[in-house]
Amino acid sequence: MKNPYIPYRVNIIDAWYEAPGERCIKTFKVTFADEKVWDAWSHKPGNCAMVGIPGVGESMFCISSSPTEKGYLRFSIMKAGKNTSALHELEAGDSFFIRGPLGNSFPLDEWKGKNIVTIGGGIGQAPLRPVIQWVRDNRADYGELELIYGARTSEDHCFKAEFEEIGKSGDCECHLSIDVEEEKWPHFVGFVPSLLMEVAPKPENTIAVTCGPPVMINFVLKNLEELGFTPDQVYTTLENRMKCGIGKCGRCNVGHLYVCKDGPVFSYAQLKEIPEAFA
Amino acid sequence: MAVKKLSKEKLGEALGELSKFRLIAPAKSDDVVVFKQIGDAGEAFLGYGNSTVPPKKFAFPQTETLFRFVVGNPELNEKNVEEEGTTVIFGLRPCDARAMAIVDKLFSWDFEDPYYLKRRELTTLVGMACVEPPSVNCFCASVGGNPFGTEGLDMLLTDMGDYYLVQELTDKGKKLAETLSAQLEDAAADDEKKAEQMALDAKGKIRRSIDTAGIPEKLPDLWENELWKKVSAACLGCGICTYLCPTCHCFDIQDEVEEMGEGRRCRMWDSCMFGEYTVHASGHNPRPTRKERTRNRINHKYSYYPEHFEVIACVGCGRCINLCPVNIDILDILDQVVDAS
Repeated sequence: MKNPYIPYRVNIIDAWYEAPGERCIKTFKVTFADEKVWDAWSHKPGNCAMVGIPGVGESMFCISSSPTEKGYLRFSIMKAGKNTSALHELEAGDSFFIRGPLGNSFPLDEWKGKNIVTIGGGIGQAPLRPVIQWVRDNRADYGELELIYGARTSEDHCFKAEFEEIGKSGDCECHLSIDVEEEKWPHFVGFVPSLLMEVAPKPENTIAVTCGPPVMINFVLKNLEELGFTPDQVYTTLENRMKCGIGKCGRCNVGHLYVCKDGPVFSYAQLKEIPEAFA
Repeated sequence: MAVKKLSKEKLGEALGELSKFRLIAPAKSDDVVVFKQIGDAGEAFLGYGNSTVPPKKFAFPQTETLFRFVVGNPELNEKNVEEEGTTVIFGLRPCDARAMAIVDKLFSWDFEDPYYLKRRELTTLVGMACVEPPSVNCFCASVGGNPFGTEGLDMLLTDMGDYYLVQELTDKGKKLAETLSAQLEDAAADDEKKAEQMALDAKGKIRRSIDTAGIPEKLPDLWENELWKKVSAACLGCGICTYLCPTCHCFDIQDEVEEMGEGRRCRMWDSCMFGEYTVHASGHNPRPTRKERTRNRINHKYSYYPEHFEVIACVGCGRCINLCPVNIDILDILDQVVDAS
């Protein structure tokens, strides 16, 4: 019987800050220490892992790299508590431990032939990054790709360099925003739900995927409905406190669903039936 | 499976025989009865109603090590759960055995939990039928149980006066009967009939009941109902209702670092009635007050669990009623659910 509580060691091959400040965001590029684990590993966009350091603890994060990016995994982590602060101390050459892949994934096979629009806010872009990368790496399978992303300031944007490259590639239209005016900021100023209305993606044959702070998601869902998106065209991820990651410890349930096991990916159609989903 | 009898005179001898395994039996500890490992047959106390703490801890310990580590060292030492060895839990009530059968479903669901399942595999459950209801708040028959119920048990004993009627229920029970072959005798021809009548009588002696039909389906519609505020108003958030519940299985995982950087990752019972249980790293708490936590507890037992496993996660043992310091009564809550519109 495989023991799902035993984590695998991963070695950090690169680490960099995405955003500075008190709640800074750091991305870790890692490889498994054990070759056999690599051989048995497979994940899909949206899958998560418990990430931690024995002696400190574990927290659940979405894997921020697509399975089409071979040879490494990425995690983009905001410093928020004890475990994430300890992780932020680590650099290339250090190790931490992960358990996974956990949770469900975005139904990208079902979305084939459709346009995809992602709507992210702050660190909420991390679960969307593998979706964007997957679509770019399987370009012929999907229609248009549009990216809407905002953060408090231009410094708080994750994956800045990638967005520049994506924007230039012609693969995808990038719409960026910051909450408050800054000198020389060439893009939108305002909150993400407003940027969404400005971009106004058309709902025909389109899937909208949104991740970000709960308050942003609430307004984005409302605005998507206003734009004509039906609940089954809209997907999001939920977060909750988790410990086991495998639907046993009981803590992350929203209604009868466990975020760790049945999520983190849910369609808005599913969540509309669950009153606790946006508590 | 065979039906035997064990004379009460030979009970000590039989327990002595079983003590070659890890033998768990009810025993007096100060004024309460607890299940504990006994080495001497004399420690067993079978004249009890029900234990204060359910015997769930022998499959799901209050704290257990998942693995050991040395801080900074990548090697982890996985704990060997087999070290606890073959276990016999003797004399538990049918409701507590049924609770284990209910919790088995969760621990074997999707991801198998090796710690729990290994212990269950190594454990034989010998039940003691409830000839009299153990407490005034027993309601096992309302939630699919029975004072003489056999679900989850490997062997059932019924107190017939001078002797126990011994029913083998599973292969494990049969094996145990073989171990006790020197103490067991053939049962009289009419013993089973007598026991059947006793079972009927016992059911009739249960004082409390609730009609659970429709409750799982109704609960989702009562999300915003004011009853949750009312029924949780007195709650102290002490968590005893969940700690002493034989079907509650929620746990926390924590790392403990001891001297010289040696540590262990362990899990321990936790309670959805605690405020910190769901609090996010950001400080946001999706269940900020006892109203939401009580609602979740009742929904988990009576709606979410049946949704997944087609069984209510409550066996009607009455402990949460008997031991609540402010007299919150789950049957009173369920009555209000039934009456609510």
